[in-house]
This record gives sequence, structure tokens and C-alpha cells, in this order.
Amino acid sequence: MHSWGYRLNAVATFSLTVLGVMCGMVSFSDNFNHPTPSADVRVLNINWFQRHPDGNDEVSMTMNITANLQSLFTWNTKQVFVFLAAEYETPMNSLNQVSLWDGIIPTKEHARFWIHTANKYRFIDQGSNLRGKDFNLTLHWHVMPKTGKMFADKIVMPGYHLLEDYR
Amino acid sequence: MWLIGETVDSIRSIQVRQLINQAVSLGMIVTSALIIWKALMCITGSESPVVVVLSESMEPGFKRGDILFLHMSKDPIRAGEIVVFNIDGRDIPIVHRVIKVHERQDTGEVDVLTKGDNNDGDDRVLYAEGQLWLQRQHIMGRAIGFLPNVGWVTIIMTEKPIVKYILVGLLGLLVITSKD
Repeated sequence: MHSWGYRLNAVATFSLTVLGVMCGMVSFSDNFNHPTPSADVRVLNINWFQRHPDGNDEVSMTMNITANLQSLFTWNTKQVFVFLAAEYETPMNSLNQVSLWDGIIPTKEHARFWIHTANKYRFIDQGSNLRGKDFNLTLHWHVMPKTGKMFADKIVMPGYHLLEDYR
Repeated sequence: MWLIGETVDSIRSIQVRQLINQAVSLGMIVTSALIIWKALMCITGSESPVVVVLSESMEPGFKRGDILFLHMSKDPIRAGEIVVFNIDGRDIPIVHRVIKVHERQDTGEVDVLTKGDNNDGDDRVLYAEGQLWLQRQHIMGRAIGFLPNVGWVTIIMTEKPIVKYILVGLLGLLVITSKD
């Protein structure tokens, strides 16, 4: 009853159980945080707007993205993954979500930012439906914790419009 | 004469019983190690709710050795979700983020493009020959939570099975050299 084996087993089991319970409690503490983020995106310029030989439209644009996501950070936050997606509807597809830009926010200090960028990923449609298209720009974020449950949410910004013709 | 015989007999019977005792204890240790090993295999098996992160393509969010809890629901797949998917012809599942979604009006079927956070390009290089998109049937689950570093045990056991044998050998040695 007092051999090394039994003692080691008891210590290991107990410490693993305690660690597990602590991780659960830490993750639960994230529920007490009520975030109030804000964001604004301005499309400064449509750089070009073409149709590929295979029939798909593509557009390149430069945007100004301002956001304040500081209220998302808690003591259990490792990083926040943020991305901007263009969302629109076409006759063939009820929903299209195309990620234009993403970034990783490692700390609370970096969570209030202003960035001027062209789209990082190509905005390509399935088909050629983008002329004169109205679309939403939605800023999504994923809070990745140090341990436990991951949260995600978004801000939808409607009212963006593409050119009537190719350029 | 019979006194010596009797003494030898009694000594031998004590030794035999002790030996049997130790052999059984050793057997228990070996079998519990095997049970733990099999349970770990079950936990990280393919159609399982838990996977171990094997590559660095999602750093700094998920590091090698973290474990992810998966959940698959009928909810539609949306951009930003971290999904685990299988490519035909590869047996290791990949954990990456969805960056593009095109959902059909009529059928509700969906074309999905994924990318690892730490990779420069999207996953089309990983997909099967000629495959441009993932569909719902490729996706095994969404990551909903994670525990850091707990998966290292599995990685070590899988990549260096010698460690498993050493561990079991050490435990066995402990049992033999203990006094009870």
C-alpha cells in the first residue's frame, strides 16, 4: 500500500484531475466578459475588375480597416484571429463568403488598429456575377483561449457596391 | 535429515509464493499500461471527438502537441471556422481554417476553401489532384475547444514506440525491486 508505484499513481491521478478542473474553471470565467467591439471599413479604390478566361470575375481593391477589439481580451485569451470577408448572394449561390484579409492580434494593445491594405486573398466569384453587385463586408473574429472553449462573433457592415462594368 | 528437508521445503514455498505475487503485480502493471495505451489510441482514433495537432501550420494559435475537441453539427459551414478534414488518399486529418464558402441556392451544398493560419497559400496544394474545393463530406468536425500540450504523450508514443517499451520496462522493474 505504500510502495512507490501506488504513491506515484495516486499523485499522478490527483494532479491530472486538479489540472482538468482548473482548466474547466478558467474557461468558464470567460463567460463573464461582455465585449463591445467596433469596426469600420472604407473601400478606397477598386484597383481592377476583370473576368477570367474560365468565366470567373475577379476584383482587387484597397481598403482602410479600423477596429477596436480590446474588449474581447480576457486573462485567458491567447490571441484573436480577425478576418474581413466579403459576403454576397448570386443566382447560383445563396451565400458567398470570400475572405479578403486576415490578421492575428496577439495582445490587447494590438487590438486597436488601423490598416491600409489591398485584399490579401483573391476576391474571385464562382461565375461572373460581380458587376454592379451589392455586398456586405463582415469583420469576423475568433478568440483563441489559453485553454478551453473558443468564441467567435462578427460585425456585419452592409452597403458596399461594385462597379457596373469591368475596368 | 527430515528437519533439513522440512526447512528447505518451507523456504522454497515462501519463495514460490513471493515469486507468484510479484509476477502477478508485474502483470497488472503491464496490463494497465496497455489499457492506458489502448485508451489513448481510442481517444485519438479517426472517427473520434479529439485530435492532436501534428503540424505547425496553425501557429501561434495551435502548437504541435495541443489537443482539439471536435464537434460536428448540421449547422452550415461558414468562413472562419476551424475544421478538421480528410483528403482522399491521405490518412492524417488536417486542421485548418475556412477562408472561402460558396453555398448553392438549390441544394444547400457547399464549396469550401481552407488555409492554415501560418501558411502563405491556401490548401489547394494539399487537396487531391484536380480538386479545387472541399465539400461537406470531407469535413469531420469543427474545433470548439482545446487543451495545450496534453497531446505530446500521444505524439511521442506514436513516433517513438521505444518510449512506450521503456516506460513499461521501468514500471516492471519498480515492481520487482519493491519489497511487497
